[in-house]
Amino acid sequence: MAEYTKSLPIPQPESDFYWEKAKAHELWLTHCDDCDSTYFYPRPICPGCFSRNTKPMQSSGKGTIYTYAIVHRAPLPGWRDDVPYIVAQVELEGGARIPTNIVGVEPDPANLKVGMAVEVVFDDVTEKITLPKFKLAG
Amino acid sequence: MPNANLSRTVAIVGAAESDELGVVPHKSALQHHAEAAHNALADAGLSVKDVDGLFTAGFSTLITAEYMGITPRFSDSTSVGGSSFVVEIAHALAAINAGMCEVAVITHGQTGRSGRASGNSSGLYDPNFPNMQYEQPYGIMGPPINYSMACTRYMHQYGEERTRQALAEIAVSTRKWAQMNPKAQMREPMSFDDYHASRWISWPFHLFDCCLVTDAGAAVVLTTAARARDLPKKPVWVLGAAEYHDHFMMSQMPDLTRTPAYVSGPLALQMAGVTHNDIDLAMIYDSFTYTVLATLESLGYCKPGEGPDFVANQRTAPGGDFALNTSGGGLSYTHPGMYGIFLLVEAVRQLRGECGERQLKDPKLSLVNGTGGQLSSTGTTVLAVD
Ligand SMILES: [Zn+2]
Repeated sequence: MAEYTKSLPIPQPESDFYWEKAKAHELWLTHCDDCDSTYFYPRPICPGCFSRNTKPMQSSGKGTIYTYAIVHRAPLPGWRDDVPYIVAQVELEGGARIPTNIVGVEPDPANLKVGMAVEVVFDDVTEKITLPKFKLAG
Repeated sequence: MPNANLSRTVAIVGAAESDELGVVPHKSALQHHAEAAHNALADAGLSVKDVDGLFTAGFSTLITAEYMGITPRFSDSTSVGGSSFVVEIAHALAAINAGMCEVAVITHGQTGRSGRASGNSSGLYDPNFPNMQYEQPYGIMGPPINYSMACTRYMHQYGEERTRQALAEIAVSTRKWAQMNPKAQMREPMSFDDYHASRWISWPFHLFDCCLVTDAGAAVVLTTAARARDLPKKPVWVLGAAEYHDHFMMSQMPDLTRTPAYVSGPLALQMAGVTHNDIDLAMIYDSFTYTVLATLESLGYCKPGEGPDFVANQRTAPGGDFALNTSGGGLSYTHPGMYGIFLLVEAVRQLRGECGERQLKDPKLSLVNGTGGQLSSTGTTVLAVD
């Protein structure tokens, strides 16, 4: 495997499960049983109502593009060969918003619209880390 | 609401930049802090020995105080990005009224352009931070990428073409002001065609949607009403001051088209006892053209989605009926990384009548709004002269 030169996440105690599930090609969020919200990113106390009554919950991996941008100037050397690339926020079924990349489509605003249906794909970027990304659905 | 009885209890009595702005590879960030403090204290007619309250952001005041030989009894290094220095006006107001200090100096210095270090001076790059875990691995980092995503959402909600026109109006009008500021970095004329032809940084942002990256410092000095009246220059009264933040990462922002100014703005105006129509000069952090558009709406100058109509036809340019960012802003004057302090310097100079060619006619009231992080934090203050 060629050396991976982009930034990698360093999983933290409360997010180990998230990254382990991603490695198994599953997308997991957190559900609050008190306010019935599903949220990202992983934290055991609900940011909506401060309840501790929360548990991990698997996401369908389906959602819509909430917003996006097309990056033309690489923010770090690791992305120099990737520009232009698509950054996005995807709103998942259930309401959680997740930052990500849209892949498998030419990075041109003509091909992308806010509200388009997307679904998760898993990019095994290293032996340890898998990044959930999204492609246009259907 | 902040206590309206504190209105006019504190004044800005000194304001200045560091000696050189722009591309200054021969000076460190801390040297910009010290020069700016030196110049602002001279402007105030005060001595460094008078300073007992020290404020900054990015650096800890432990570092800036030691470098300048100041030993403050009140210290504040609140780091909420470029908004910090405007937020600290509210903090200084509170501290002075509480007797925690009497002469407060807010300093900033940053070498975003030429700094020898990595430039990661804001302290927001710790691998433990959520953005390092959830955003940066996707190449989502830095303001241009984040703010451009917020702008796409605005375009979706309110129309791409009219949004684009608004961004161009703001870029072009701001450059016109910069042409009248001898300290501005970008003083060549900019046409609408120049704007549209500038290269993409992160679609929907062109280069000319983005602020400069410079080396610069600035400082302001505040003190009690009693001391302010004895100083040589006209006191610039703090009428109202407030702050708010509602997220850190852009992906956690509740509404990408509404900045925290929707809370800090009304609070500051209420405390000041004035309304939008009373304001003669709006100094609104322009990290990006979009920041201005979203902030005007959030402050309540117009309704959500009406910003493009508000700034149409070069209304914010010299000679227009809405004076905005008369220094040339972060877009064309200077922007070393965190810009909020420079908004205050220009507001003070306009209110005192020190702006030369770009001087407004007898302005009495200025609203200053700093924005920091990823549209995360705002500080709003209302300043006035008698
Ligand atoms: Zn909850």
